[in-house]
Formats: sequence, C-alpha cells, structure tokens
Amino acid sequence: MSELIKHSAAQLADKLAGGEVSAVEVTQAHLDRIAAVDTDVHAFLHVNTDEALAVAADVDSRRARGEQLHRLAGVPIAVKDLIVTIGQPTTAGSKILEGWHSPYDATVVKKLRAAGMPILGKTNLDEFAMGSSTEHSAFGPTRNPWDLDRIPGGSGGGSAAAVAAFEAPLALGTDTGGSIRQPGAVTGTVGVKPTYGGVSRYGAIALASSLDQIGPVSRTVLDSALLHEVIGGHDPFDSTSLTDPSTGLVEAALTGNVQGMRIGVVKELGGEGYQAGVEARFHESLELLRAAGAEIVEVSCPSFNYALGAYYLIMPSEASSNLAKFDGVRYGLRVLPEDGPMTIERVMGATRAAGFGDEAKRRIILGTYALSAGYYDAYYGSAQKVRTLIQRDFDAAFAQADVLISPTAPTTAFRLGEKLDDPLAMYLNDVATIPANLAGVPGLSLPSGLADEDGLPAGVQLLAPARQDARLYRVGAVLEAMLEESWGGPILAKAPALERVDTVEGK
Amino acid sequence: MAAINRDDVAHLARLAHIEMSDQELDRMAGELAVIVDSIKSVSEVASADVPATSHPIPLNNVLREDVVGHVFTAEQALSGAPDAEDGRFRVPAILEEES
Repeated sequence: MSELIKHSAAQLADKLAGGEVSAVEVTQAHLDRIAAVDTDVHAFLHVNTDEALAVAADVDSRRARGEQLHRLAGVPIAVKDLIVTIGQPTTAGSKILEGWHSPYDATVVKKLRAAGMPILGKTNLDEFAMGSSTEHSAFGPTRNPWDLDRIPGGSGGGSAAAVAAFEAPLALGTDTGGSIRQPGAVTGTVGVKPTYGGVSRYGAIALASSLDQIGPVSRTVLDSALLHEVIGGHDPFDSTSLTDPSTGLVEAALTGNVQGMRIGVVKELGGEGYQAGVEARFHESLELLRAAGAEIVEVSCPSFNYALGAYYLIMPSEASSNLAKFDGVRYGLRVLPEDGPMTIERVMGATRAAGFGDEAKRRIILGTYALSAGYYDAYYGSAQKVRTLIQRDFDAAFAQADVLISPTAPTTAFRLGEKLDDPLAMYLNDVATIPANLAGVPGLSLPSGLADEDGLPAGVQLLAPARQDARLYRVGAVLEAMLEESWGGPILAKAPALERVDTVEGK
Repeated sequence: MAAINRDDVAHLARLAHIEMSDQELDRMAGELAVIVDSIKSVSEVASADVPATSHPIPLNNVLREDVVGHVFTAEQALSGAPDAEDGRFRVPAILEEES
C-alpha cells in the first residue's frame, strides 16, 4: 500500500505543485487501493482506470510545460453514480438504468474535468438515492470500512466508504434528506450539503427537486471547502442555481475562529432515540467549542418534530413525478409483458415492475397517493405548510445563534439487514438531517469521535443560514483541529486495516 | 384521513404504471399503512393561516435569449433507447388493436 493514499487532498495538491509526486503516481496509488480493498468494501460500481490515468498524464505534461493549473489538478475524485458522466455508465443504483451511458456530462463533472481532476469511478448508492444504508442498491450493498458487517449509511454510502477506505481523497455526493451527511457520520468522514441552489444539479438524476443538492465528501473540513469551491457557482443550465459566487470557503476553513460566536444546540435533535455514545461525543464537542471561546446557547425548533412526516410526503411526491420518465421508451430497460396485448401501457407496467426495487416502488406509490385528488390538501398541502413552520423555526433560531449544532445521525452504523424489513425504522436515521433540506439551509457533518459502546464513529452536524456556507467551514475546521488534538491524530487512523494480509502457508 | 388499503394500492400501482403481483400488493399495503399512519401528523399543525412553501429559496423565473443553445444530435438522443428506427424512438402500439 502506497502512503500517498493517506494524504488529504490539500496535502496531495501541495506535493503535486511542488513536483514531489506526479498525478499519475497519485492516481495509480488510489487505483491500486481500489483493486486491493473494493472487493470487500464495494464502494464502486464502475472503476474508470484508463481515463483517470490519461487525465493524470495530461496534467503532468501540462505542469511540466509550466502551465498555470487549478490547485486540485491531478487530485483524483470519485463520483456518486447518480451524477451523469460521458464515457462511464450511470446507473443510479437501479436495474432500470443498468448499462446506460449519458450523452452529456453533469455541470459538476464538467467542472472537475476543467480543474484537471482524474475521475476514479462511480460510487454505489441506494437506488435513485432512496435509502439510508446503501442496501437498496440493485447491485449489492456497500460495506462500512470500520466493520464490513455494517452499513456505510446512505444513500451515498459508496462515496463515504470510498473516502473512509482511502480509495479516494475526495468524492461527490448528493443530499436530499441527509445522503451526504449521515454516511459521513457513520464512516468517520466529512460531508457537506451546500445551500439549496449553491451547486448546480444539472446532470444529477432528480429524486426530489425541491430538496436535492450536490455536495463534497472528504476526510477533512478543508478538503470539502476546496471541492465546494470547484463545484459551486451559478449555472444557467439549472434554473434553481443561485447567482452567488462560490468563494471564501477555503479561507473560512483556514482562518477558523469561534471566539464570540453563538452556537445553538437544537433541543429537539437529541435525547430519546439518540444512542448514548453519540450524545457523549456530541457533548464533548460542545465543551471544546466553549473552551475555544464560543457561547453555547439552547434553541428550540418545535416544528422539527413534524419534519420527518413532511419529508416523507414531499420527497415521495416529487420522486413519483421525477421517476415517471423511466418508461422503457427513451433510455434504460424495456421489458415486454409475458402475455396479452403488447401495448405501450403494458410495456411500461412490466418495465417498471422489473426495473425498480422495493423501496423505489414504495416511494412512487406513496407519492402517487399523496398527490391524489382528495388527499392532496391533507398530505402534500399540509407538508408544504410544515415546511413554512420549519423555516420560521430556523429563522428564530438563527436570530439567537450564528450556527446550530446537533448530532448528525441518532446512532452509529447498524448491521446490514437489521432495518431492511422495517422501512419506518430506516427513515428515522434521517431525523436530524432532514430539516436542513426542507429549509434549504447548508449543513456539514464531521466526525465527533467513537461511541463507547461499539467503537464506531459518530458525527456532529453544523447548520448555518442559507448562503452562509462559509460559517460551516469556519466552525468545522476549528472543531476538527481540537478533536484531532484530543485524539492524537485523525479519526480514520483508528480504523481497521482493510487489505487482506496474504500469509504463505509453509509447505 | 382514511387508512390506505389494498384496493388503494392496486389503483395507485395502475396509475403509476407498475405491475404488481397479489403478494406484492399485500405486502405494500401493510408497509404503506404503517408509513402513512406515522406521517399523517403533519395535518395537526398545518392550520389554514400558514402559507405553503413549495421551494426553500425564493426563486425568480429564469429567461434567456431566444436563440439555439445546447442541443443533442438525433444520434446522441437515441443512444440509450431500448429500440430505435430511422432516427426515431420505436415504441409498441399506443392503443390496443381490436381483434
């Protein structure tokens, strides 16, 4: 195993700029790591070896010619397989898109290419990003690098596990209700959901359009800031894209200081249902922030108690509409009915029956129900009102605090299969991350430590007002530095080695 | 709010164009009943005086010049099609033929 894979993206960027290593060496080291551990971890659905090495070689030759390159040029990255890429398949974790190749690149992928970042491959996810464990992938679950019998979170378990297992220094995720932040928490990595509209969604296969956001996945707060600045900014191809420039995030991470900041503990995001070890690590983070000069205040957001209900009405409603396009006509699978008349309607029914997994079907049916005549006002209409109440709670909370803080997920990683037959228990994993999506505010998760009862990572979540993403990095970097000092190094240094030690039996 | 039953699920599955076996309908009805029961609490707090929010950040309509922008070639557009002919998507019959 090359020591190169242990470096952060920022460290790799410095070594590349200083000519200590080449982009080809860095990329090859990560491809070797993928070859060594991904049979066990299964973070990747596709490995993009040839193109990644070609991009790295191009960066090396441009650097040798003295060209001015982007700071992250030559730093490789993994991309969640919900984001379309030319030259690689995009499946969304679904049988209905198996083998499909997009004829265009997502805007964020274009930005990675422009920065000269080799794309290592596409990472696993719950089908169409519907899930909290990656177990709903049609291509088998990803495993948590901390314990291969446990879930890596979801839906972006592949991106989080790839980064946690040192298969990639950076990854892209998407977050509709916590799909970047919750996997970050349970794998001991960092993940950020930017302000709604802060990063273009053009080319991200839509789950719930009023909630979806693309964001960075990394091992350090600074690395997420570096990636966030690459992918952020206005895009005329996404009508919900904000016109604000994506700047000041790296500077915020580098000059972090919480002296005099008010940090609000959300009363409703803790207590019952939260694992003791998760809460213990959370309270230690609060003590560290207090010691660094922050003022810790308690805020109450009573409408958050209805956030999960509102989310599980709005998200399936929008998903049922967005997934109507998978009809066996323009792309993906087509399945013909076994008997009877061969009409398009029956072909659609057979195609969608065979192509969608159980969770996708559950959510399409639930969304169709919530949007039905006679139920619309009671369900979808009410959920949209709850959304207003949640926004008002955030407004009131941010009048008392500069950032809010909570545990990211109520528990550490659970065992594969443990919640697969109980959809409602699975949904409860997202209880602390969902409010940010409903209100469009940015959120960051970073590791808070290991829970005493199981030795598995827990996460702490920071939330900031819309368009104030820089505050997340400012506070996150300070907290990360203090935590790492208390641990004597990064949390992932405590993760088990994954490479199988080949022992040669004496003959 | 009425509970969701098996007939509802069968109707919804038809609306959503997803064929379902009897077994699947039974299971889906049971699971959805539990989920619907747990999320219907939203109507408790959604009083008439609260306005609805459809979008987290206020948006303005986006306009652009009426000129040809990015377009796919017919070949690109058809590249992922399950069936195509003469530069067009090929689909099964829309209407059932009378026999």
